[in-house]
Amino acid sequence: MKQLFIFIRKEFYHVFRDKRTLLIMFGLPVVQIVLFGFALNNEVKNVELLIVDKAQDALSGQLTDKIRASAYFIVEEDPGMAYTAIEAKLKKGNTKSALIIPANFSDDLKHGGSAQVQIIADGSDPNVAKTIVNYLSRIIGDFQKQVFATPSIMPYTIVPEMRMLYNEEGNGSLNFIPGVMALILMIVCTALTSVSVVKEKEMGTMEVLLVSPFKPIMVLIAKAVPYLLLSIANFTLILLLTVFLLDIAIKGSILLLFLESTLFIITCLSLGLLISNVTASQQTALLICLMAMMLPTIIFTGFIMPLENMPKPFQVISNIVPSRWYFLIVKSVMLKGLGFQSVWKETLVLFGMAISLLFIALKNFKIRLQ
Amino acid sequence: MAEKVIICKDLTKQFGDFYAVNQISFEVAKGEIFGFLGANGAGKTTAMRILCGLSYPTSGEAIVAGFDVYRQQEDIKRHIGYMSQKFSLYENLTVLENIEFFGGVYGVSRKEIKERSDLLVKDLGLEREAKKLVSDLPLGWKQKLAFSTAIFHRPKIVFLDEPTGGVDPLTRRQFWDMIYEAASSGITVFVTTHYMDEAEYCDRVSVMVDGRVEALDTPNKLKETYGADDMDGVFYRLAMGAKRTGD
Repeated sequence: MKQLFIFIRKEFYHVFRDKRTLLIMFGLPVVQIVLFGFALNNEVKNVELLIVDKAQDALSGQLTDKIRASAYFIVEEDPGMAYTAIEAKLKKGNTKSALIIPANFSDDLKHGGSAQVQIIADGSDPNVAKTIVNYLSRIIGDFQKQVFATPSIMPYTIVPEMRMLYNEEGNGSLNFIPGVMALILMIVCTALTSVSVVKEKEMGTMEVLLVSPFKPIMVLIAKAVPYLLLSIANFTLILLLTVFLLDIAIKGSILLLFLESTLFIITCLSLGLLISNVTASQQTALLICLMAMMLPTIIFTGFIMPLENMPKPFQVISNIVPSRWYFLIVKSVMLKGLGFQSVWKETLVLFGMAISLLFIALKNFKIRLQ
Repeated sequence: MAEKVIICKDLTKQFGDFYAVNQISFEVAKGEIFGFLGANGAGKTTAMRILCGLSYPTSGEAIVAGFDVYRQQEDIKRHIGYMSQKFSLYENLTVLENIEFFGGVYGVSRKEIKERSDLLVKDLGLEREAKKLVSDLPLGWKQKLAFSTAIFHRPKIVFLDEPTGGVDPLTRRQFWDMIYEAASSGITVFVTTHYMDEAEYCDRVSVMVDGRVEALDTPNKLKETYGADDMDGVFYRLAMGAKRTGD
């Protein structure tokens, strides 16, 4: 036990003296969170909207005000603009969307019971266009309800109510955070652990350790413990950044989140140890980690591209990527505020992976030198 | 006859139908400096690994420091020291931290580590460097420090695998002074080397050819037997007959 402590202390010396490792470990989360949180944002905010209000009366005025009041649009009004001019403006990219209210809008609505408006959106950016149309439809739907405050007038109208659950504001960074967490922990845990073991092989110190009475299994444990602690510290840093920098609240139990993350970290560490067993140089180990871990993590976790849209074979493959399960867990616990009973299946999968990876890693650890 | 700390009898290691070590037998006495020579691929490393408790022999017997290589590897490990040609200290740990680490791994008590490391640092003349990183030391000092670390826990036997590779002649000389000192304190030294002048420093020398021990005697007797002027000549005549070539 005392020997283990001495070994772990030695590992901490290594980590804290290697500025590069420290930078990767704690710089990476900051950069990633800032990148994914702010730069890579697919939410729609402050979109230019041209309102051409040919009606110019109380009702159309109300509608315009309502749109203006929402945070999504920067409204520009030009009642006299000709249709061709609107198209020219869209073509040049001077506006992203337009809403045309016809002259007989109020009359039609009051007497005929229904009126038409036209929404034009710049479809060259389909995601944004779709979102704009959705937002506008919702605002108009709300407006309709206000105007016909008495439900008896429209007894059979079915009003679809769209809500973006768990993210009512359409905050884009929300979905990225669990993904970024999975990605960072995956990279940091696997890469750093594998490199730290392989380094000893390269330097020749592994030989000395194996000749010593220190048990080979203890070498692996002593290697894993410091990175486990550092990864948990790292995870805490990511959480703090998420809460205080990106203003995203943690809905579920923080304790559960920590426990699940520890499980994921152990899975990654085992993977790192496994990689270090089969490689002989630091470069190979790093390359395997980056190529074989990072890419599948990004693709198969489902935080950039939805897994449901992938071909079936890829969906099947994604099942063996640990981060995929962790991503689901974090999303459920952190964003939806769900408890353990909702994530126990994912936890079980992750647990199974951790145990089997750890077992294979320990089994393959070359006690005797080649 | 002095106490035997290494006893090998018909020790064999077989990989498939390849005999890496073929029925070697020898004994090493306490405090002896035993040179273990052989061309690359002759089976030195394999034999040494068995003696260090890193691999099991296929057949034959071997007792190291009083322990059986089949059943008591852990006990063997506790009573030997080891230093390889690859530099075996941690570069980004200080001199003292390295000593503390390896002392601790071998279960030397904290108090003893403190006392012995103070003494060691003084002996090596490293007082000013004690708190410096090992990576800042010149190679010669690193090797000396590595040797001191290998015998820090007072092992019965120290195995040195080409310890002076890449070291200048002067430092090699000083290094051998340290080996003599260790031997005179009762530590048995088991050393492999490719430098034939170093072979002359050994009490007894064995030469392995194709997995067998072809010759084993004092350097002077060997020279006599093979009618050579120096160990270089002895080695050359023996290794000439080898069928296997280097790895």
